[in-house]
Amino acid sequence: MRGTTRTVAMVAGISSVALLAAACGGGNSDKTTSSSAGGKAGGAVTVRGCNPQNPLIPSNTTETCGGNVLDAITAKLVHYNAETGAPENDIADKIESTDNQNFTVTLKKGYKFHDGTEVKAKNFVDAWNYAAYGPNAQSSGYFMEPIEGFGDTQCTGSGDDPCAGAGKAKAEKLTGLAVKDDYTFTIKTTEKVSNMAVRLGYSAFAPLPDSFAADPKAYGEKPVGAGPFKFDSWTKNTEIKLSKFADYSGKFGGKLDGITFKIYQDEDAAYNDVIANQLDVTDQVPSSAMIDAKYKTDLPDRNAAKSVGVIQTITFAPTKVDPNYADPKIRQAISMAIDRDTIIKQIFNNTRQPATGWVSPVVDGYKANQCGEYCVYDAAKAKAKLDEAGGFKGGKMTLAYNADSSHKGWTEATCNSIKGALGVDCVATPVVDFATFRTQIASHKMKGMFRSGWQMDYPSIENFLAPLYKTGASSNDGQYNNPEFDKLINEAAAQTDPAQANAKYQQAEALLAGDMPAIPMWYSTATFGWSTKVTGVKITAFGTIDFASLSLK
Amino acid sequence: MYKYILRRLLQMIPVLLGSTFIIFAMVFALPGDPTAGMCGERPCAPAFVAKFKQEHNLNDPLPTRYAKYMGNLAQGDLGTTFRDIKVADELKQRYPTTAKLAGMAIIFETLIGVIAGVMAGIRKGKFMDNLVLVSTLFVIAIPIFVIGATLQYYLGVKWGLRPVTVSPQATVNELLLPAFVLGSTSVAYVARLTRTNLVENLRADYLRTAIAKGLTRRRAIGLHALRNSLIPVVTFIGADFGGLLGGAIVTERIFNIQGVGGYLFTGIHNRDGVSVVGTVTVLVLVFLLVNLLVDLLYGVLDPRISHD
Repeated sequence: MRGTTRTVAMVAGISSVALLAAACGGGNSDKTTSSSAGGKAGGAVTVRGCNPQNPLIPSNTTETCGGNVLDAITAKLVHYNAETGAPENDIADKIESTDNQNFTVTLKKGYKFHDGTEVKAKNFVDAWNYAAYGPNAQSSGYFMEPIEGFGDTQCTGSGDDPCAGAGKAKAEKLTGLAVKDDYTFTIKTTEKVSNMAVRLGYSAFAPLPDSFAADPKAYGEKPVGAGPFKFDSWTKNTEIKLSKFADYSGKFGGKLDGITFKIYQDEDAAYNDVIANQLDVTDQVPSSAMIDAKYKTDLPDRNAAKSVGVIQTITFAPTKVDPNYADPKIRQAISMAIDRDTIIKQIFNNTRQPATGWVSPVVDGYKANQCGEYCVYDAAKAKAKLDEAGGFKGGKMTLAYNADSSHKGWTEATCNSIKGALGVDCVATPVVDFATFRTQIASHKMKGMFRSGWQMDYPSIENFLAPLYKTGASSNDGQYNNPEFDKLINEAAAQTDPAQANAKYQQAEALLAGDMPAIPMWYSTATFGWSTKVTGVKITAFGTIDFASLSLK
Repeated sequence: MYKYILRRLLQMIPVLLGSTFIIFAMVFALPGDPTAGMCGERPCAPAFVAKFKQEHNLNDPLPTRYAKYMGNLAQGDLGTTFRDIKVADELKQRYPTTAKLAGMAIIFETLIGVIAGVMAGIRKGKFMDNLVLVSTLFVIAIPIFVIGATLQYYLGVKWGLRPVTVSPQATVNELLLPAFVLGSTSVAYVARLTRTNLVENLRADYLRTAIAKGLTRRRAIGLHALRNSLIPVVTFIGADFGGLLGGAIVTERIFNIQGVGGYLFTGIHNRDGVSVVGTVTVLVLVFLLVNLLVDLLYGVLDPRISHD
């Protein structure tokens, strides 16, 4: 009997020591993985994906679902640094220019497409020509707009088919692109462009292999890039599988062997899967988990949040559509009447950052407080400003939003804030869905104020100003027109020194405070959550996962 | 019998034509330009819009478009969506998943519902009866997304007893919980229907006669009363199956099941008329077939209902 007792005691002793050791080991390894971005090489991860809405052609993909996949499989001339958003050369060896109008691009040798062919200068030129050519109807074709000859590649007709008859595009190719040799080509732009290198990192500028031209449709089903991951399979609405490309010669390959984008219809489902360790990374945390920062207790040490290049604004209808808001003083009064901090706290659970200007803080050239006192809530000053302008003549103010997305809460809160400060009735008016909403804005039928958002195409201050507020620009919904602003934008584009270019852009941005074509509301943040199996999760300036730093523990 | 089936099959043709036309007209009458949201927060280039409209016959008047669509449908082509994906490919992948889910939900609701209904019915006014009535009332009162999200959180996330979401393969094991959630409301209805009908039939003259003739109570209830009581239940289950196929949107979202409901929802949301019409056409067809099956089952349950 004694013997038995002793054995039992000894076994218990050993196991408790072993447990202790295991606990220590676990603690230690947790520390090392969370403090350093280490992690082992190889292995596959599963991340949240959504369903790409188009075939996966780089120049025809403007939405994030397909964009996230294309980003992982394509290599571009430049790559954006995951932390700063600054461009770093990837395929490009150098991009040179002395006048911001003639650029010479030299490629690194040895980059290969997933089909084994080498990446050459003509792969870029052909891809960009394809994107620009009007009859190809590529949704990202507008990215080629700065390149000389873009106008001639567009269809000029109107009606049902602008490409028919006299409207046919005059040229098939951009005159501004020329191949010098296998590894060199030149770009000539119509006007001076100060941030060419920054633009070239967008996936619309990815090179396409020779096989693309033969069958673009097949390419869209199984895209071939020159990036660190190659495309394996796509089960529609279910999952997309990528695996490591062994011949990738760039330095942004990372440690992973494979990535699976598991397609979710609902962010709650993805979030629950991450908590249960059945999904590795989700780039969206549902609003239910945002309340009181619940996600921080659900996923301790497994979450991160970061500002991304998205700004929410309120735009005024063009003066000729609705003259009641024409006076900048009225616009400034409205802006000062909005209590951004309280709305962010109560509606967004502090997941937004109040805007102090028109440019996102994640880009190069950002300057804080460009909007000055007009973006600071002050009910008394707002009322005084409105009285100075002679009051509001239109009866009641309206703030339109698309009802198919969660904008009801904040638009109503904003209206209440305006009503409270100015004493003018303000109504948040829903429009049935985003498509109808955009149609009404584009055809200038929308009156009053309407919500507007901007997600940057490339991380540059220019991208938050020129496309939105330059006269006649593609997304100038309020038809803002200020010759001085246009002049500063053009001058900035001509600067070869980035710092001086940024200074000019900042001067242009400062002008917006005087005219208030749009009211800055807040900058978005991306919130990520991940499983206990992965480490090195970084959020890029675009709010996407940086696969170069992600790895298994 | 065969004549009856043939007649019913022929009757389906006008129903199918009518319903698809109504759906077609309704979907394409919705306001909004399908290309308006396609290029991010900016209008699409005119060339893009023109090519898009031409490819999807959006310039033709509605009757012409419908005729073209039906012409393709007659050849088995359900069309391609606005996103250039074949509707038939999508449905081939989604219908089996949804059918599996709906089938399992039907099994759940029939098994649990009928047993609970019988137990309540034969002990009318006793504890068991009250228990079933109260618990079914409780289930009916709670919205299905609350049941789904709660069970998912506790069984899946917190205790790890069940998979949280369903994988693309949608195995029977993974679908157990979603099917249970999906069938939960119907369980209540089936139980109540069974109970009410059984109570009524237990008072019927023929049952008293059967018992007077010396049949055991078990045999009298099981063979005679229950069989007659099941006719309304079968009608309900038949209609419910069709409803579950198209209406499992909430459950499919919670458990990330790639089925028909979610597809229909995104189709309507994205103004993708072709995918909506294609999905609904197949749904209408399934609905008609299931109803035919239900009508044939009446004859089996009650031989007095004849189809000749």
